[in-house]
Amino acid sequence: MQAFAELLDRLVLTPSRNGKLRLMAAYFAAAPDPDRGYALGAITGDLDIPNAKPAMIRSLMDGRMDAELLALSYDYVGDLAETVSLVWPDTRGANRTPPLSDIVETLNEATRAETPRLVAGWLDGLDATGRWAFLKLLTGGLRIGVSARLAKLALAEFGNKDVTEIEEIWHGLAPPYESLFAWLEDRAERPSPDIAAPFRPVMLAHPLVPKADRDNPDAVDPAHITAEAFAAEWKYDGIRVQASAERGTRRIYTRTGDDISHAFPDVVAAMDFEGTLDGELLVRNPDGTVAPFNALQQRLNRKTVSKKQMETHPAFIRAYDLLVDGRRDVRGLTFRERRERLENFILTIESDRFDLSPLVPITTLAKLDDARLDPPAPEIEGVMLKRWDSAYLAGRPKGLWYKWKRDPYLVDAVLMYAQRGHGKRSSFYSDFTFGVWREKDDADELTPVGKAYFGFTDEELKQLDAFVRANTIDRFGPVRSVTANKEKGIVLEVAFEGLQRSPRHKSGLAMRFPRINRIRWDKPTAEADRIETLEALLAEHGQ
Amino acid sequence: MRGMRLNRLPHLSPKRKARQPAPSPLCAIAYIQGMLRPDLLLQPTPRGLYCPPGDFYLDPVRGAVERAVISHGHSDHARGGHGKVLSHPDTLAIMACRYGANFAKSTQALEYGETIEINGVTVWLAPAGHILGSAQIIVEHKGLRMTFTGDYKRRFDPTCASFEPVENTHVFISEATFALPVFRHPDTGHEINRLLQSVKDFPERAHCIGAYSLGKAQRVIRHLRLAGYDEPIFIHGSLEKLCAHYQSVGIDLGTLVLATSDDTSKAAREAFRGKIIIAPPGAFEGKWAQRFPDPILGFASGWMSIKQRAKQRGVELPLVISDHADWDELTETVREVNPEELWVTYGREDALVRWAELEGRRARPLRMVAYDDEAG
Repeated sequence: MQAFAELLDRLVLTPSRNGKLRLMAAYFAAAPDPDRGYALGAITGDLDIPNAKPAMIRSLMDGRMDAELLALSYDYVGDLAETVSLVWPDTRGANRTPPLSDIVETLNEATRAETPRLVAGWLDGLDATGRWAFLKLLTGGLRIGVSARLAKLALAEFGNKDVTEIEEIWHGLAPPYESLFAWLEDRAERPSPDIAAPFRPVMLAHPLVPKADRDNPDAVDPAHITAEAFAAEWKYDGIRVQASAERGTRRIYTRTGDDISHAFPDVVAAMDFEGTLDGELLVRNPDGTVAPFNALQQRLNRKTVSKKQMETHPAFIRAYDLLVDGRRDVRGLTFRERRERLENFILTIESDRFDLSPLVPITTLAKLDDARLDPPAPEIEGVMLKRWDSAYLAGRPKGLWYKWKRDPYLVDAVLMYAQRGHGKRSSFYSDFTFGVWREKDDADELTPVGKAYFGFTDEELKQLDAFVRANTIDRFGPVRSVTANKEKGIVLEVAFEGLQRSPRHKSGLAMRFPRINRIRWDKPTAEADRIETLEALLAEHGQ
Repeated sequence: MRGMRLNRLPHLSPKRKARQPAPSPLCAIAYIQGMLRPDLLLQPTPRGLYCPPGDFYLDPVRGAVERAVISHGHSDHARGGHGKVLSHPDTLAIMACRYGANFAKSTQALEYGETIEINGVTVWLAPAGHILGSAQIIVEHKGLRMTFTGDYKRRFDPTCASFEPVENTHVFISEATFALPVFRHPDTGHEINRLLQSVKDFPERAHCIGAYSLGKAQRVIRHLRLAGYDEPIFIHGSLEKLCAHYQSVGIDLGTLVLATSDDTSKAAREAFRGKIIIAPPGAFEGKWAQRFPDPILGFASGWMSIKQRAKQRGVELPLVISDHADWDELTETVREVNPEELWVTYGREDALVRWAELEGRRARPLRMVAYDDEAG
């Protein structure tokens, strides 16, 4: 338990992703089975301990501490598990710390009535960090800044395997994952759980860099992009999913293998087929066209979905590949063969929850470029190019698939606030909030429209940091407000992928994926863009 | 001079109690019979506790006063510019160090246990264990004894004399910086070992440890030395004078190197890898800190036991080392001193007052002034 507690304690405070990967890999190497498997399950959210819920933890405090003192403490700390871990009386000399596995296994077999007494006993035997980790484990939702995906990457690093190999079998495994660790340590074959509708690692595309454009080692000779060699499709602005229905089991996975079926029962209900499709999850407008990304966002990251949401934001999948046709795995066939099967397959699905991603004719690369830059609908963010002869391969194989996105939108905005970063950047102002002009009470003022913390070089970061320090006009905790008026300030050219309405932001809009494209030292702040420019872009997108 | 002070340090001369003046035999009954109401002897005002019969303030804030008795040298308690200042000699020396020799019109030094009369009111000091020179201020008049703790702690600190409970205290005026049951500071040695372990685990990273410049910084350095760490320790320029002062009174801080060089070359940066750098926490937010390669940010403070608080500050290595009493020390001390009445000030007054009520003790929150408690 102590090692697990230390792991969580360090993970929660380690800002860097690589640091987190290192910590987890080191833990997996040092901790024994089955402890490490339960720890892994706790981190990925796959470990459920019945009977130990927040209400039970709260009730344990009854009789151990005055309710008012507990309330004052909870108000200050703001987290129940942490509060209880800190106020729980230390029992001198009771330094018993059972292995994590003992705790999990005992609790899984315990009745509801026995659980509180068991939990209290362990709390007595642990120190404050141990209690905190233990209570986090019990109540689920660790909130330590580690996603299931990151944990799988740590496993891959630990076992020197490809993460897709782990994702592929993940849904057939359960804590404490002993067969998985045996394989990662090369003591056994890779487990091959017999599950219906497993996740199959997806095939990814490289960005297309035409040779004419840039002097880039990844550049592709435009002469190779021909209608004979490549198929072209639109690239939609939704999320990539895999819909699998096999032997009565139906699942929708994200491209990293997270099961999101529960959030899309409307789509799952329509999966009246046998096979596995690759496609884009999108939301449909009432007129049948594709809704902007933020409509889909209303449906994402939810545990459950309401009937109303399903009616106002109906989801569907635009299919572009077929991995399993009936019971036959067709990933080894060429894209041309799979496409032919896919076209027939879609015809057998009666629901409008599935349709086919149309092909875009290729005449010349220049015409395709025009189509990419001026797509027929705003929810298209470019084109995809797939070699007709490509098999469906996991990962990002070279030379087979390309994504060719339209250029990002650009706006000239004025730097308004800066915040210090974390880790390596803890002494640099590296998170920048920027705004554009708008008219208020017959005068112009800046309204913040976004925040970006990358896109600049180390040298540019130093210059921005120096500007912030020299031009601070106010401070709010770690945030500084900088000089930004018509006479003085910095103009940032911000690149972004899309714009949507957002009542949560003061300006009423939110940018997707904003980054600093360049610093316009040359441009006077008075010439930065106005809110009307962004409003026009929204209007163009029918928002 | 030097030798005398050395003898007073608890790690060199354990358990030497300062002599406590015997209370007047009348005092216990005097208070019970209500001969002098405590708030006639010390009353909370927006400028701090004021003693009307003695006409002096304890740790006055918001501007200068004619006569002040000062518990310890932290700037929120010890301001410059007062008329007459009475305090422990170490505190006077610290104030001179920070504000220059003319920080008050006149000063008077009072050793622990030595008494003085101010307008007929008896005043004396007892060790508070907070920082070098820190004292509890005991005010006595007509048989009533009131003990003002200033800031205090009970655990071992190799840079100052240990707290001594004052017997026969009628009114105990306690600080409450960490007066919530969630604050229970771990063993200091454990926290120091975590720092040393991290230096071992991450020899390529500069260990930047935030510590308040008076008291905490020197205590952390002294603890590192006691744990056997004999590498040079880098310090921020603002610590230089105070560290030199500590060294001059016999507290061995080992080799300290100023990390103020303007040398921004790669070699100079590389020299900080695997080293410990101590600075006031704010300094690590400044340009000065950009010289450190791949820094691991630490902060030695009682607040660091709350994970979200550490996370918000971007602290990767929180060290729960506090110069204040934690919840257990606060409550145990009240039980030990066992006063007729408890007054609570500076911090989370409500929780300690609530605890006292549950214990059947008379207690009142002073709701006087908010001292800056960020140093922790």
